[in-house]
Amino acid sequence: MEFYRSHVLVCGGTPCVLEGCKGVRDALIAEVKRRGLDREVKVVETGCLGPCDLGPVIVVYPEGTLYQKVRVSDVPEIVEQHLLKGRVVTRLVGEAPQAGVVKYEEPTYLGVQERIVLRNCGVIDPESIEEYIARDGYRALAKCLTEMKPADVIEAVKKSGLVGRGGAAFPTGLKWSFTANADADQKYILCNADEGEPGTFKDRLILEGDPHSILEGMAIAGYAVGANKGFIYVRGEYVLSIERLGKAIEQAKALGLLGSNIFGSGFSFDVEIRKGAGAYVCGEETGLIESIEGKRGEPRIKPPYPGTEGLYGKPTVVNNVETIANIPPILLNGPDWFRQFGTERCPGTKVFTLTGDITNKGLIEVPMGITLRRVIYEIGGGIPGGREFKMAQTGGTSGGCLPKELLDVPMDYFTLPEHGSALGSGALLIMDDSHCIVDIAECFMRFFEHESCGKCTPCREGTARLHEIVAKIARGEGKPGDLELLDELGSVMQVSSLCGLGQAAPVPIKTMLKYFRDEFEAHINDRLCPTGTCGI
Amino acid sequence: MKTVEELERIRKQAQAMTRLREGKETTRIVVGMGTCGIAAGARETLSAIMDELAKRNIQDVVVTQTGCVGLCEQEPIVDVIKPGAAKVTYGKVTKEKARQIVASHIVNGQVVGEWVIASA
Amino acid sequence: MEPAAKSAGVCPAKVSEILAKYSRRPDALVSILHDVQKEAGYLSEEAITEIASGLDIPVSKVYGVATFYTLFSTKPKGQYIIRVCENAPCHVLGAKAIVEALEKELGIPMGGTTSDGKFTLEYTSCLGVCGVAPAIMINEAVYGNLTPERVPLILKEYK
Repeated sequence: MEFYRSHVLVCGGTPCVLEGCKGVRDALIAEVKRRGLDREVKVVETGCLGPCDLGPVIVVYPEGTLYQKVRVSDVPEIVEQHLLKGRVVTRLVGEAPQAGVVKYEEPTYLGVQERIVLRNCGVIDPESIEEYIARDGYRALAKCLTEMKPADVIEAVKKSGLVGRGGAAFPTGLKWSFTANADADQKYILCNADEGEPGTFKDRLILEGDPHSILEGMAIAGYAVGANKGFIYVRGEYVLSIERLGKAIEQAKALGLLGSNIFGSGFSFDVEIRKGAGAYVCGEETGLIESIEGKRGEPRIKPPYPGTEGLYGKPTVVNNVETIANIPPILLNGPDWFRQFGTERCPGTKVFTLTGDITNKGLIEVPMGITLRRVIYEIGGGIPGGREFKMAQTGGTSGGCLPKELLDVPMDYFTLPEHGSALGSGALLIMDDSHCIVDIAECFMRFFEHESCGKCTPCREGTARLHEIVAKIARGEGKPGDLELLDELGSVMQVSSLCGLGQAAPVPIKTMLKYFRDEFEAHINDRLCPTGTCGI
Repeated sequence: MKTVEELERIRKQAQAMTRLREGKETTRIVVGMGTCGIAAGARETLSAIMDELAKRNIQDVVVTQTGCVGLCEQEPIVDVIKPGAAKVTYGKVTKEKARQIVASHIVNGQVVGEWVIASA
Repeated sequence: MEPAAKSAGVCPAKVSEILAKYSRRPDALVSILHDVQKEAGYLSEEAITEIASGLDIPVSKVYGVATFYTLFSTKPKGQYIIRVCENAPCHVLGAKAIVEALEKELGIPMGGTTSDGKFTLEYTSCLGVCGVAPAIMINEAVYGNLTPERVPLILKEYK
């Protein structure tokens, strides 16, 4: 292993890839070599560093200087000035709050963040198992297999208070115990990486930035419940995630961290990737199972739940990517360590994706229970263009919209539902006062009509009618009674739909009606858009 | 992988490789790489330091560069900053002197007094 | 850049080879369809019939799966498929103007294919690159931070 005086990390997350980070990386390698620095400076491609709208992003260590929007043409200057002469190229550092250097460790962007899930993202080379191991990778698995009984592992996860991060917030330890207690010749661990919720890209960046944490977490789950086979169901669109996971599986097998008799414990575990083919509803756990079985991804009637009767009718644990990424640190550091983050009812952190009208778009990890106000104004840098905050949709398109009066509500899985919304997948869509409520509502409802799988009537018909009514209001053809109809239809769908899709589809429209009803009424009664932007 | 010791061995090796990204308090060697420094031979000085550290398998030292501090006639200038100790600045550090500084100051903790131009 | 559509169909021998790769397991149907489409550009009636008989399952079942997922197509498409995201995060940041620019530049409406068979324009589910919204995907390449002005420049790379 070589010793270098400087490491240059180039963000290789998808947003940066599409802004040209590959070219920047190649140019860096060539320029470093040309200047004869290749034995002193190492160029590493890493996972997402977080500030996606600033890509391509690179970080130079040991200083920890973060450069943004780096172009190939900037590379000679960075090499000449920084890597050779030690002078920070300030024009690429961005708008630092104070003059001078922005350190990656301490910019305002990361100030309030706690990194558990993203502990390795942007720090390691995701294609190197050694770098994962250097950051305590696979130590939790080793500890479980050599020092703990399966029941102890489940007990630790239960004690940690971890709840599912895909959106349903079901206690993970309890879920595992159902499968552990089921009597069967074969059990499965499924990692749900079918991240389809609009505005959500956390799982993609975890898979791209730290694929081994998922393999390790799944193996631990397998040991805990008695499963020796795992599947990761990844969206077909996530090309880079699939590629990096594939490499990680190969590396883990080569070192014997997957396969038979791991750590001489007698426990064996294998993981395969399954590629999705474009269906939002496959993010629902039984829809996902149907899809792996080669069928249309239509959700099953529950019960029975997958915990006892899942893939191929066998007991199956289905966990979200972020949930699984929490498992190794919990087992390594103990449940009490995990409980120091977040709130009593909802320990740990949450990864949020910031999108829409916000200065710093991208990925953040913060303690559970943080307020929307802190996320938007302390971490997100506020609303750009001198505009005012109007509303935020939490939890993706199936989450509710919150007005500015609710900016100080703590965001966790239990408090947001009290206000009609949900934490969901952690997508935060921020909208400024230039947007028309009805126009946005139509966009949401169009989505659900398209994604409804059609299996159950309340959802198939309901999503179409919700969209139809909202579209009419948007065209200026709304009539009195429409809003009451939307409310009523939404309530019926919430109680009678088969799966989460139909149950959640009315959530955004119901919260919009609750907090912005006057704007709908203006469209219906006065044929007028108060923001003047929707073209009515 | 059959044993935990095996994992531990890979971990130790790999940690040495990635240590400088961890941002922990460690000894730093700072080489003045302004135009004057480079003109005075700071490139060779830096290379010699890197080489000497590698030869001695010293991996917990961070080597960085800085610009001109205004003492151009003293270039190449090298600072050694050990955690909890005052910064020691050496002047006119040739590549031979650089190797000596690594051996004496970094490894044995002995400041090479005769080459020191400032200590703060 | 891999063209999306190579020929009008796929030869039975190739289908047979793909089926063998998955040991003719019906539960591998989604993966099989992925592979056949990659080979042929779309899932033709012949290919679907071939897969059904090879797996010994009803044609209706294969067709049902092929039409359930948006990444599969039972009709030939352009060489380059332009997938436009118009989900909320892209919508908020101006995806509508991108759609208009694409339609104008290509002279086709959403869902259409250019007469030379080069481009197909369609909506997609969220591409998961909302940090750089609005975004589109052309075959496997993703473009973000789009403005209507950038649209012709990007298309130029493919014309």
